[in-house]
Amino acid sequence: MSTFLDRRVFLEQGLRLSLATAAAGALPLAQAQSEERSADKMGEMRSDALASQHKAGQAFSNYGMPSVYEKRVIRLIGSNRMVSGNGVSWTPLESLEGIVTPTGLHFERHHNGVPDVDPARFELLMHGMVARPLRFDLAGLLRYPLQSRLIFIECGGNSNAGWHEEPMQKPVGSFHGLVSCSEWTGVPLNYLLDEAGIDSKATWAIAEGLDAAATEVSIPVSKLREDALLALYQNGERLRAENGYPLRLVLPGWEGVRQVKWLHRLEFTDQPVMSRNETGEYTQLLPSGKAEQFDFVMGPKSLITSPSHGQTLGLPGVYEIRGLAWSGHGSVAKVEVSADGGQSWSTAHIDGPVMSKCFARFRAAWKWNGKPAVLQSRAKDDHGNIQPTRARLLAERGRNGYFHYNAIVSWAVDSDGTVRHVYA
Amino acid sequence: MSTLKIARIVQLPPLLLASLLFSFSSLTTPLAHADSTASTPSPMGKPLDTGSITRLAPNIYPNGQGLPDGMGLAKNGSVLYQAHCANCHGSKGEGATAQGLIGGDGPLSAHDADKTILTYWPYATTLIDTIARSMPPAAPGHLSADELYSLCAYLLAENGLWARDQPMGPKELAAIVMPNRNGFIRKFP
Repeated sequence: MSTFLDRRVFLEQGLRLSLATAAAGALPLAQAQSEERSADKMGEMRSDALASQHKAGQAFSNYGMPSVYEKRVIRLIGSNRMVSGNGVSWTPLESLEGIVTPTGLHFERHHNGVPDVDPARFELLMHGMVARPLRFDLAGLLRYPLQSRLIFIECGGNSNAGWHEEPMQKPVGSFHGLVSCSEWTGVPLNYLLDEAGIDSKATWAIAEGLDAAATEVSIPVSKLREDALLALYQNGERLRAENGYPLRLVLPGWEGVRQVKWLHRLEFTDQPVMSRNETGEYTQLLPSGKAEQFDFVMGPKSLITSPSHGQTLGLPGVYEIRGLAWSGHGSVAKVEVSADGGQSWSTAHIDGPVMSKCFARFRAAWKWNGKPAVLQSRAKDDHGNIQPTRARLLAERGRNGYFHYNAIVSWAVDSDGTVRHVYA
Repeated sequence: MSTLKIARIVQLPPLLLASLLFSFSSLTTPLAHADSTASTPSPMGKPLDTGSITRLAPNIYPNGQGLPDGMGLAKNGSVLYQAHCANCHGSKGEGATAQGLIGGDGPLSAHDADKTILTYWPYATTLIDTIARSMPPAAPGHLSADELYSLCAYLLAENGLWARDQPMGPKELAAIVMPNRNGFIRKFP
């Protein structure tokens, strides 16, 4: 019977393993452990590892890049054959740690490519049902008090392969990786709303981007007042082009399609525009044949990122279950893990600090006995929302919801140590 | 600024120095950060000439607000469709590398529900709004108002929602009631 261990126990038992892994460098799970078993090989490796002490290293660089040995940690791209700028790229969640997604690995969803926006000519326009139609240049925006927040952004269509009849046999990031977490710094939109004088009858704002799809969506003014951020910086530097340079809307906890990149226009109005991205797309068809519309908040969700599909365990022993949890409603209150397909659960440790509408990194020590196991995690948020089982999600929302899939994900560990995606 | 004042600023802790930027007070009496955010920041918006707004691509609403003046015919739309759309959406609108635009099997409660313009889209104005701002992908935003109405007339006629020989303009397009108009449950407001 495989068991979860107290974290402190794991730390003692796992000490030897983690030291050996560190010495061997970042090797795949199984490889690191087979290296551990071969003392002679370790000796050779140490000697190679010391070679760098006997020659001069590389010079300085103006902008640092990932190690040349990490070239395989990339976004996988899925785009339209005829319109190469329409599609997605996935964050490789299985290769990452902590809660901040490296900026260059933040997922992308573009409708017609990444526009080239000249910051010198950029203006944000506010018009419609306002007392004072206004335009703002970047220098003006940078004069407002700024706010920084760690916020996850998840595409409304993330994980929709969960609706497939058969479980997708791909690494976790390649079908759950339309979610990323960054520190966003920008101007609380509230300041600008007051300045323009929004008509009390204006309940909606239509946000439009400068991309070649002129992507437009409707956003309740109440959300803009509550916590919307006009983001100028991501993880300390100005936005990357593919994340909305020079300005994007950040709406904490809401589906990504609302968080308009290359934001240049907000029209205030008393009705939604009913754009394609809030009618034909990004609406959730229910078994009744009716569809839910304007369901903005991303529900509680968690994923085990290690071990996960495509990875291989070595010898039976103690492993750390590692994963991510988040909720668009607020903070992650609890993450539980199971090694028996959800029959029994243990509470996972969450690295602090736990922040609202932000990734939480969870960990649990698991002693694998070498027999088949099914690993699962489930998240609960501070509003009492619990991540559903796949069976429950399908029972409530049918087969054609397509958006906002947040069911529990299962990884089967076989006795040979291979890990694959299953429905359990 | 006098040398004396510069010296005084440099000696301030970074947080206080930053808050100076948002203070209406003199430099010698900086506000604490919490106070500065509670006060109104200097307004940076410049008046927007509402005349310039009309040059932007309009947002087109279900009630017809934002619809451009113009008139189109399905037979012209058919020619435009073959020139600009068929390559991705299929020569008969059946779908290819992009989704189908013509037809669709109901009902939406079926196990393999077919979500199309005909079966799913609640408003015809969404069609012209989408085409006007984003189609065709290689050169979006260049179709004239007459061309847009012609394309809408063609697609809606092929979907059985418009009489093929009837001219379509803003009034006609806004008056079309799509089959799934009442198929949505609004979670907001």
